Amino acid sequence: MSASNGAAAQTTEESLEARMADKTITLEVFRYDPAAGGDPTFQRYDVPYRSDWVVLDALNWIKDTTDGSLTFRWSCRMGVCGSCGMMVNGLPKLTCSTFLKDYYPDPLRIEPLANFPVQRDLVIEFDGFVEKLKSIKPWLIRNDQRDPADGELRQTPKQLAQYKQYTMCINCMLCYSACPEYAFIPGFIGPAAIALAQRYNLDSRDQGQAERRKLLGVQEAVWECTFVGECSAVCPKHVDPAAAIQQAKVTSTIDWYKRFLMPWGKK
Amino acid sequence: MRPRPPEPPTRTWFMRTTAYRLFMIREFTSVFLAGYLIFLLVLLARVGEGPQPFESLLVTLRSPISIILHVLVLLAALYHAVTWFNLTPRIMPVRLGEERLPDAVVAIAAGYLPWIVVSLAIGWAVLG
Repeated sequence: MSASNGAAAQTTEESLEARMADKTITLEVFRYDPAAGGDPTFQRYDVPYRSDWVVLDALNWIKDTTDGSLTFRWSCRMGVCGSCGMMVNGLPKLTCSTFLKDYYPDPLRIEPLANFPVQRDLVIEFDGFVEKLKSIKPWLIRNDQRDPADGELRQTPKQLAQYKQYTMCINCMLCYSACPEYAFIPGFIGPAAIALAQRYNLDSRDQGQAERRKLLGVQEAVWECTFVGECSAVCPKHVDPAAAIQQAKVTSTIDWYKRFLMPWGKK
Repeated sequence: MRPRPPEPPTRTWFMRTTAYRLFMIREFTSVFLAGYLIFLLVLLARVGEGPQPFESLLVTLRSPISIILHVLVLLAALYHAVTWFNLTPRIMPVRLGEERLPDAVVAIAAGYLPWIVVSLAIGWAVLG
């Protein structure tokens, strides 16, 4: 690129910045103060519009310049930590990867993740989710008493491919917010926890399938799911928890037939 | 300070997004399929009753309302079949080594192809 071209590009960029400086976008943000009690309200904030800003940038701008009391969770800003999940115009999104330009000039409605109790503003309580994750025993279960000194448990790339997709979950809980079944039945173990159970069930080093089967083959686990599929549609990591649940259903059904047709067989 | 409990779901939750609506249509098509199965059982019972009741049923079946209902059931059955065939690869993924067989291949092999073969066989048996 010649020097003159470079200068021209820079000027265009600057004038673009200048033009954009005047533009604003409106965020209608869910506010709830547990100390004050009462019903939540929606507060409107006019935020400078930048084409490279994500919703989280806009929220941080509000907190830094306009209203320090606005409360929300975030950490990595790059779609890895799973902290900044919120409802954007009624759909669960990671706000660090949801661009304002996809909504401009319409206003955005920002709410805490649906189907969870709200602690304050956009912060939800997820103790129940953590309990569900723990309930499916998300660790390698071994029947033999292996000693670490025995060396590592080896795995081929083919064996890794069986479950790798389910290791990509970042526990952002968007899938729980998208799940209408979870809205009706809070006891439902839910998409992320069942995908995590499949992650270990399909791992060649794990021997806990039989143990987890008792936890997964019940109504509150896989059989509560009606395969709406929205958990997978909103998943930012393409884990496809809906597929994990249906595959667990197939396993559970085969187990049932085995027990029914061959009651003398190995449980 | 206790957190605020989540909003309870409404009865019209499925009207909120297009994806929810499409899901509800998929589930609702089952009603048409179940209804048609009952109709087939009634048809079989009539066949057992002799030629006269069967003939009168055939007249009813040729009525415009009957034809409209049949077209509706056919559309519902097609939507039901296509949506579930397309979901099959996710329910039963096929792996060849490290690679997963493309979804389209599984959907055709496990769904569309047997469907077309069986449909042609029935068509040939009835019309041929």
